[in-house]
Amino acid sequence: MADNIDTNKVNSFRKQKSKDEMKKQLISFALMIGFTIIAFGIVATDAIDKMFVVPLLLILAVVQVAFQFYYFMHMKDKGHELPSMMIYGGIFAALLTIAALSVIVWW
Amino acid sequence: MSHDHSLNPETMPQEPEKATLEGKNKFLGLWFFLGGETVLFASLFGTYLALRNSTAGGPATTDLFGLELVFVMTMLLLTSSLTSVYAMYQMKNNNFKKMQLWLGITALLGMAFLACELYEFYHYIHEYEFTFRSSAFGSAFYTLVGFHGGHVVFGLSWLIVLMVRNAKRGLNLYNAPKYYTFSLYWHFIDVVWVFIFTVVYLMGKVG
Amino acid sequence: MSIAAAQNKGFLAAVWDYLTTVDHKKIAKLYLFAGGFFFLLGGLEALFIRIQLISPENDFLTAGLYNEMITMHGTTMIFLAAMPLLLGLMNAIMPLQIGARDVAFPFLNSLGFWLFLFGGVLLNCSWFLGGAPDAGWTSYAPLSIQSPGHGVDFYIMGLQISGAGTLIGGINFLVTIVTMRAPGMTYMRMPLFSWTTFVTSVLILFAFPALTVGLFLLMFDRMFGAAFFDVTLGGNAVIWQHLFWIFGHPEVYILILPAFGIFSDIISTFSKKRLFGYTAMVFATILIAFLGFMVWAHHMFTVGLGPVANAIFAIATMAIAVPTGIKIFNWLGTMWGGSITINSAMLWTLAFIPSFTIGGMTGVMLASAVADYQYHDTYFVVAHFHYVIVGGVVFGILAGLHYWWPKIFGKILNETLGKLSFWLFFIGFHLTFFIQHFLGLMGMPRRYWVFLKDQGLDTGNLVSTIGAFLMGVGGLIFVINIIYTSVKGEKAPADPWDGRSLEWAIPSPPPFYNFKQTPLIRGLDPLWIEKTEGKGKITPAEPLGDIHMPDASILPFIMSFGFFIAGFGFIYQVDHKGWLAAIFVGMGTALICMLIRSLKDYHGFHIHKEELEREAD
Repeated sequence: MADNIDTNKVNSFRKQKSKDEMKKQLISFALMIGFTIIAFGIVATDAIDKMFVVPLLLILAVVQVAFQFYYFMHMKDKGHELPSMMIYGGIFAALLTIAALSVIVWW
Repeated sequence: MSHDHSLNPETMPQEPEKATLEGKNKFLGLWFFLGGETVLFASLFGTYLALRNSTAGGPATTDLFGLELVFVMTMLLLTSSLTSVYAMYQMKNNNFKKMQLWLGITALLGMAFLACELYEFYHYIHEYEFTFRSSAFGSAFYTLVGFHGGHVVFGLSWLIVLMVRNAKRGLNLYNAPKYYTFSLYWHFIDVVWVFIFTVVYLMGKVG
Repeated sequence: MSIAAAQNKGFLAAVWDYLTTVDHKKIAKLYLFAGGFFFLLGGLEALFIRIQLISPENDFLTAGLYNEMITMHGTTMIFLAAMPLLLGLMNAIMPLQIGARDVAFPFLNSLGFWLFLFGGVLLNCSWFLGGAPDAGWTSYAPLSIQSPGHGVDFYIMGLQISGAGTLIGGINFLVTIVTMRAPGMTYMRMPLFSWTTFVTSVLILFAFPALTVGLFLLMFDRMFGAAFFDVTLGGNAVIWQHLFWIFGHPEVYILILPAFGIFSDIISTFSKKRLFGYTAMVFATILIAFLGFMVWAHHMFTVGLGPVANAIFAIATMAIAVPTGIKIFNWLGTMWGGSITINSAMLWTLAFIPSFTIGGMTGVMLASAVADYQYHDTYFVVAHFHYVIVGGVVFGILAGLHYWWPKIFGKILNETLGKLSFWLFFIGFHLTFFIQHFLGLMGMPRRYWVFLKDQGLDTGNLVSTIGAFLMGVGGLIFVINIIYTSVKGEKAPADPWDGRSLEWAIPSPPPFYNFKQTPLIRGLDPLWIEKTEGKGKITPAEPLGDIHMPDASILPFIMSFGFFIAGFGFIYQVDHKGWLAAIFVGMGTALICMLIRSLKDYHGFHIHKEELEREAD
């Protein structure tokens, strides 16, 4: 059986796979651009009450960054367990740092 | 097999960036470094958040920031992220020329971004007399955005050295990990920018 | 380079060899010697402090010089002595324990060392250039902003450079452990020292960037007129405290966790038992690291963060006692019923358990935010952190040195001298610091250069100083032991302690390629398994073949030297703009080195199979 494997077939399979992958990347790029436009839009038009704007902006940023990490940087793929562990570790330390510096700096 | 041989479709592994131990090490090392960078930028963001209203009578966020230029800069950097994705796509297809082309576009977009940033700083300093020394907010703003800009400068130098060095010899297992780690670094710069335009500019505009 | 050529060389060639080496074992020796030198320097500073405090209103040191002493003692001991000594042990042993031939990034490993060394030298240059830093090792703003002269500038640049070196070292160890473990060496079969190296490196990765940013802010304020900590321009001094302790608290776990690893390996070796509760030990290590990030504000209870913040950080701090307790009981459990050998390494280990437990208990006392208002900035705190850092880290380093000396240097340290230095140091340590708990509770504040007489502080301080001298003598005997051993000591066999882990399966000192054939690991304590169930020798996982080794390089040394020059430029450009030239020259040198590194290909070289076969087994 092993002799029958056609290298061309393997290659075309691989090419197809990375093409599909590229399609996903393009979709995520479109979404990222969309999120950015929404974010700038709501600030530019003053459409939403100030109290909701800030959390909304942050959510849009986080979702966009998740696309960046999981699709552009392939964190969703196999072999990325340790990278994602370290990124989440960094995010954990980062959140604590930001929380402290924005909440408990004395005034 | 020597590392210096260019890859042809027959010898091409599916993930050339991780095919050697050195490649795997570089891949993980850069990812871990990005974990540390996350904390570095968090410290800068935290400092900025603590000081963003400490204007000492000088210009505040609502006076300074305009949306147009920042939007352009965002589009430039986001697009450069996509072009470096295309470059890695071409790397997997073992199309070295196209990869270099896409990376060239990435570099141009990065330079355009930097030019906008320099113009922005120049504008603040000359129109508003808003400098690094004028208030704690000024120090925090220029430090945070400047650190990001410094990362862009470093990334561009890295990319240019990489492209020039390998222009004539094509893709191989020795330089594939270098290209790949660069693209990771470049995406991370974009990630930081997403938070900068959100936290500094948009939230600053909201007030 | 052949194996024979590597051995037969003159003095200059040997110096060149060490300047360019990328071999983890040689870099380890460099770390150990540089760290040892700074340890003696820091010890000398400690003795000066204690001489000043030997009697009330002493005038041995001026107030200003005393401030410089305490600052440099703390900074030197933490950054330039304890950390490099531990990094040295990690470098020497961890790759051997996991069955690797080198680390993942040999070039960066060497760069990390030279950055540390040049940073340390830069910091200590301040002594000869108008005065050392004098704002305490914590360098709190606004004191550090107001401090005149260039002392604090040297602190900033020195720590910035050596901190970068440590961060590089951390990433290097992480990747090494992830990708370069031998076949069969799963994570849960790694010796505890390798595990703690891994977890410590994670802490380095996430803690040091906060210090980097803090130092940058301080640097911008002092050297470039920024206003981060300048209250008149809206700055906020609490930011420095947060950033410093977000780094600073994980830092103490960066120091203590490797020591825990050393003790775990020593106890199981000399009790002839598998480490009791291995899984729990690994889990406890990770838990300590995790909790270690959520407790930094317990250094800031009196800053005025409010009762809610104080309560949260108090509880988180107390929670750390739980995993630490798990560890203490597991060590006791390992020894229980074991066949215990007591030698110098084991003596340090046995002394560590009660000493560290005392430090841990005062730690829980300090964790109580309400009580801390009473303890804060008194000698009680000084006593506490010396109990954990000396009783934990220094004991750990000394135990580790006795244990691994044969593996690193090929000779066994003299037992008689070892025991003598232990007893003097151990007794001196408790004399020095136990009494300080009470001095602190009586209200003696830390960092004051004098105390008044007849306030009940006289005798205690005298006792403390006597103890410090005993520690000094103990330390000196350890140095004599090193010299004596290197001249007269017996040559060590491959496995002098009847060891359990992989490093004892190869010759002492190991050949520069470590393992002729990559070993096959069949379980926890692989060598012990082969001794009891196998042939007594590790089974190779591969046939004898060519070994790939990395190229040596002088670039790390030059690059670090460039940063060193640039450091002076940054410090003095405030006085005269001509010093900007030093920045350009220094940074230019470093950048050119980076450029050369990226333009040149480094493929390494191969040791051929025939050459390996010629070497006797």
